[in-house]
Amino acid sequence: MFDQHLLQLNDSHLHIKFADIDELSYLFSGKLLLRSEIHLVEEHFQELVTSGCFTPIPSIKKKFFQPQCQRCGNAERSLFAAIPCQTCNKPHIYCRKCIEMGRVIECEPLYCWNGPMAKWQRHESPCSWDGQLTVDQQRAADRISQAIIKNEKEILVWAVCGAGKTEMLFPGITKALQLGKRICLATPRADVVRELLPRFQQAFSKISIQALYGGSEDRDATAQFIIATTHQLLRFQHAFDVMIIDEIDAFPYHADPSLPFAANRSIISTGTKIYLTATPRQKHRMKIASKKLPHIFVPLRFHGYPLPVPVFKMCPALRKDLEKNLPPMAFIRWLKKREHPDRQLLIFVPTIALAEKMKAKLIVLLLKDGFLKDDFDLVSVHASDQDREEKVNHFRQKKMSMLITTTILERGVTFPSVDVAVLDAGNRVFDEAALVQIAGRAGRSPKDPTGEVLFFHDGKTEAMVQAVKSIKAMNKRGGVG
Amino acid sequence: MHCVWCDQVIIQEMSWSNIFFLQKPKNLCDKCENKLEILSGNRCKRCSRASEADECNDCLWWAKQFNGQDPLEASYSIFTYNSLMHDLVAKWKYRGDYHLANAFQQIFKETFVKHFTNLHKGAVTIPIPLSAERFSDRKFNQAKVLADFLPLKQINIMNRIDSEKQSKKTRKERLSTKNPFSITEKVNKPVILVDDIYTTGTTLRHAASVLKENGCPHIYAYTLIRG
Repeated sequence: MFDQHLLQLNDSHLHIKFADIDELSYLFSGKLLLRSEIHLVEEHFQELVTSGCFTPIPSIKKKFFQPQCQRCGNAERSLFAAIPCQTCNKPHIYCRKCIEMGRVIECEPLYCWNGPMAKWQRHESPCSWDGQLTVDQQRAADRISQAIIKNEKEILVWAVCGAGKTEMLFPGITKALQLGKRICLATPRADVVRELLPRFQQAFSKISIQALYGGSEDRDATAQFIIATTHQLLRFQHAFDVMIIDEIDAFPYHADPSLPFAANRSIISTGTKIYLTATPRQKHRMKIASKKLPHIFVPLRFHGYPLPVPVFKMCPALRKDLEKNLPPMAFIRWLKKREHPDRQLLIFVPTIALAEKMKAKLIVLLLKDGFLKDDFDLVSVHASDQDREEKVNHFRQKKMSMLITTTILERGVTFPSVDVAVLDAGNRVFDEAALVQIAGRAGRSPKDPTGEVLFFHDGKTEAMVQAVKSIKAMNKRGGVG
Repeated sequence: MHCVWCDQVIIQEMSWSNIFFLQKPKNLCDKCENKLEILSGNRCKRCSRASEADECNDCLWWAKQFNGQDPLEASYSIFTYNSLMHDLVAKWKYRGDYHLANAFQQIFKETFVKHFTNLHKGAVTIPIPLSAERFSDRKFNQAKVLADFLPLKQINIMNRIDSEKQSKKTRKERLSTKNPFSITEKVNKPVILVDDIYTTGTTLRHAASVLKENGCPHIYAYTLIRG
């Protein structure tokens, strides 16, 4: 990953010579950049600074003797350090939190564009999608469009797993493009960005859409419609009229204060923020309950069937089995008499180490009983897996029948017909949101709208109980529970 | 204290020894520390590479290049270049996270004291310099930071003029590069060259041969990593 970054940094030698000011306004308006990220020759750059097109702003400010990075908002003491700067002969502090995106150091300012603003085009009929929305989806889509037209500040769209969130956005985005607004769809995970880009390119075939994530091909972010990871928002300031944040409850967005900081900074003051989630966190639920956050709830999956309710399976000897990297006996028993043995099986485990080790043991065990075709019928996948995209694609194409995964596949991926088993569901990595999302992997297709979800545990946890409770509550609100 | 790599709070376990003898605060948590791999077992006595023979093929090749007069007498390294070390170095050098050096402060000093015991009293260290251009980007020289940890006099008499990064070249390109180093003063004491990583040994030998040509009696090298 680092090498990729380096390559791209070195490409910056391809400096732009004297471009005209309109072109520059598309490149730089709405951005907050370090000098090293502005690929202009020094002479030209200085000219733009003196003419006031670029405004330098201090990169680290001190607030009550506490430094704060102006790019990522970090104010954590342990994430600042000092370099004895030889050019200025005194120590300078720098931010260690966002250093992956280039070092922010006290003695070098950040630059924002103050020249002529980019004029975004109004598109008459941008949408090339001809699908049909369900009644529930339409209701939500109308509400989103209304929020965009009226410049409402924020709205949360709470739609159950498999409700078809992406399609619900199309009418709203169409409206925004007709009004000449700039749009950003941000999500915490790069995988999701890669999955969303082709879908939107298909639905808005005439619009230029750029995808930004660590190591992406598009780097200059000049498009009217941008799909990005939330990390990339650190380079923006007052850029977007409409900001859609997908999976707002997902890691790392909800755990890292820099990301909401950047998201809030990157929209203009009259802009609209749209949050999408299937499992809102406590914070947002409280705001909804106290009517401080407008929301729209979509309780039904697009095919109209309820969410599968997880079944608990107690395994008293779970610890012992897991120590030997074996699945619990109850899992094997269930596997042997599954109702739909033709469905693929998704197995969630709490740790990467367990995913890899259990794979080997399970293959031996299941080959003997004839549940697997061959050695490659069961694979494991986790966050630091190089071939993760490929494996997930193969699983989707039904090239293998079982997949062992960590929580990375808990959301954003769709497999048409699977059963889901969670081993050690009581582990703390499986919080309520994760368990609801995991259960939501089953029964995604209208052809096979149900699916079994099993939690193997050695003692119920609050998260498990709450997950089932909230799934039942959502089904009830949808009138199908 | 927070771990300089994963930023988790480090809580030291209580034991009788650290109740009675205060221990130095750690900069790297146990979990990260265990992922680093210290060179152990049989190694080449010249370049620290894991090797069954006394001298590895690389060093024999070098000896042949210099007609048996390899300017670099011996080099000692601490860590292998495994995946965590790779990430650490990338962030430290290329991203410019100066603070990460603290992870190595203690071990770099302790290992030095252990392995360079019968050193001549007047020995000095010379950190491998950066080119002026690179230095103004990075604002620090990682080799100098390491040399600062050592309890030995340090002299900065070496200059470097080159443009390309070593790490971006192939082995063949590296071996055939021109010597980028020059010195401003002659040294007649034993010298320990300090650098962050020994990969092919070209950089260190370039520096060593400049010193040797100018009458330096003994030249050793001490690096953090053997790549």
